[in-house]
Amino acid sequence: MRSTRTAVLAAAVSAIAVTAAHADTIKMAFIDPLSGAMASSGEPALQSFMLAAEHINANGGVNGDDIEIVPYDNKVSPKESLVQLQKAIDSGARYILQGNGSSVASAIIEAVSKHNARNPGEEVLFFNYAAVTPAFTNEACSFWHFRFDAHTDMKMNAITDWVAKRDDIKKVYIIGQDYVHGEAVAAAAVAQLKEKRPDIEIVGNELHPLAKVKDFTPYVQKIISSGADAVITGNWGQDMTLLVKAAADAGQKIPYLTFYGGSNGAVAALGEGAIDTLYQVSEGVTNLDASPEQYAMIEEYKQRFPQYDYYYDRAFTTLEMFDAAAEKAGSVEPIAVAKAMEGLEVQAAYGPATMRAEDHQLQQNLFVTTVAKDQKYGVDNTDLGWRLVDGGAISAEAASTPTTCKMERPE
Amino acid sequence: METVVFALLNGVIYGLLLFMLSSGLTLIFSMMGVLNFAHASFYMLGAYFAYTLMEGSNFWIALFIAPVLVGLAGMVVERYGLRKVHARGHVAELLFTFGLAYLIDEVVKIFWGRTAVNYKVPELLDFPLFTLYGAQYPAYRIFILLVAILMLVALWYLLRRTRAGLIIQAALTHPHMVGHLGHNVPMIFMMVFGAGCALAGLAGVIGGNYFITDPAMAVQMGPIVFVVVVVGGLGSLEGAFIAAMLIGLLQTSAVSINASLADIFGFLGLAGTSEVGGITIASMAPMLPFLLLVLVLMVRPTGLMGDREV
Repeated sequence: MRSTRTAVLAAAVSAIAVTAAHADTIKMAFIDPLSGAMASSGEPALQSFMLAAEHINANGGVNGDDIEIVPYDNKVSPKESLVQLQKAIDSGARYILQGNGSSVASAIIEAVSKHNARNPGEEVLFFNYAAVTPAFTNEACSFWHFRFDAHTDMKMNAITDWVAKRDDIKKVYIIGQDYVHGEAVAAAAVAQLKEKRPDIEIVGNELHPLAKVKDFTPYVQKIISSGADAVITGNWGQDMTLLVKAAADAGQKIPYLTFYGGSNGAVAALGEGAIDTLYQVSEGVTNLDASPEQYAMIEEYKQRFPQYDYYYDRAFTTLEMFDAAAEKAGSVEPIAVAKAMEGLEVQAAYGPATMRAEDHQLQQNLFVTTVAKDQKYGVDNTDLGWRLVDGGAISAEAASTPTTCKMERPE
Repeated sequence: METVVFALLNGVIYGLLLFMLSSGLTLIFSMMGVLNFAHASFYMLGAYFAYTLMEGSNFWIALFIAPVLVGLAGMVVERYGLRKVHARGHVAELLFTFGLAYLIDEVVKIFWGRTAVNYKVPELLDFPLFTLYGAQYPAYRIFILLVAILMLVALWYLLRRTRAGLIIQAALTHPHMVGHLGHNVPMIFMMVFGAGCALAGLAGVIGGNYFITDPAMAVQMGPIVFVVVVVGGLGSLEGAFIAAMLIGLLQTSAVSINASLADIFGFLGLAGTSEVGGITIASMAPMLPFLLLVLVLMVRPTGLMGDREV
């Protein structure tokens, strides 16, 4: 009896040893909200990364190794994120994926820098796919941080260029979430509008609590009584959906210029009221011209995750770029990958994407889109989809902004 | 003017919804002397039950069935949970409801997922009822108002004008005497607990689709409901009503005030450019109920209408 038990134990131990010896998976920790109010932003991002990883693995992996995406729920709390980050690093993850919430990203950048300073040889890289506070690739830039989304000033440039061309817009209302991101959006909007259209009056500049407001009706009524012709917002997740829902209920028919109008549920909340009132600026939408492979990917995504739509194109770009950098470096060691990634260019679904070496800010095309009927792909299970507005395609060069980053690099 | 009208309208609706939630809690408190931490969880259950019922039937059926189901769940909790724990004193009861809140949270996440469900306003009521100062007012909000007023009247009638209400009121204050008179007091307690939960469930049914139905709704609503009950005075229905309306109006009207602290306290030398002076009343809206709680407890520890200390 005893010998059988020993044998079983020995077998189990050797099985573990064999797996460990192979070490053929690259663990990437995905730290973002997977429960609560903002999970509708975290979940589709996780699915996008998983799908992207599957495709890379199926095509031979990264230098032969497989990517494994390990999800950690941070409930959009910076404090919780640091706990999850430590857990992730302890379990062997050397790459961190995060995007929802600049407050969280800022905490992770700091923690990763500290970790890397204290643990030479065990460095960790942070791939930020959505936290857009400009500081991260400007005054607060870090060698360990790479951003795959256009930052606030870049996106706001696209929005204010559009506003500048519309002479019928005389009064603008700015509403955002009360944290570093909302503040950055408001500051960018005020500064850029002043420069491009000094005649525009900013009739409201308001911040509301993040992920706490259940009923935006009082805010929308404030917007209506201010007489605004357009609203600019950087809201995301539930705050985006509920804001436009309240606007729709109040019968408001003015343009909402958003960063994240593509948030799950926003179009469904507005219904046909979204046509020519909801605008977003993003790195791509499904109805742009693309390769057959991209269309196949969009369809596979919808089939696998019917609750959501293909939205996080930058998740695919992130992993594609990681794959290319690891191949170029001939290694999956973070420092080698980071150095290989600097200046690297890949062909993303909607144009070339280059990782600028001096600040680790991805340079990519941006598109201003709005909602229309009878598009190739609908969203939120409606017949409404995103279409490009006239002159809405902005090249990577035009979207680019200079950086003030002075980066400290490891040897 | 329009700001005042909208703030009043929205504030009253929000206040009535809060009252619907807290009336059950305050009834249960007067009865058992224990705060039910899981009360907001029954509100969440109401919304989720209605969502599921709506898939198979329609909103109107869900409107009646879901609160009944929540009430039944409440009765089961009282009969097989709280009553057993009751013998071990108030602390045990408190801990029991505390644990129950977490349990319901997790169960909801397992059954309905971690993200919000698409619990929609019924199409019949999904239209703008009237236009006021250029803004349309959705019919569903007025529906919430009507249901809440109906409930309010029914509750008042039941407690103040019927024999059953008489016995309940007596059982709340003098349970032993009522028991000696031949009434089944444990049964009354169970019914009251069930009814309190059903009211919370009803609030969930009509509030869940207007706001949002997700697993966090109980946690977010919980603290406000306690504020209502404590400010109103533990165990006092009238107090809960006043407090609910007060908080509803306070929160919604605060959002529409653009003034900053510097505008109000400027005469004390507070500058608009300073850190504190730049805070607007609107951004303080979520904090106001808790400020009210602290102030009321300092000035009147029994709450507005209560007769016992917290």
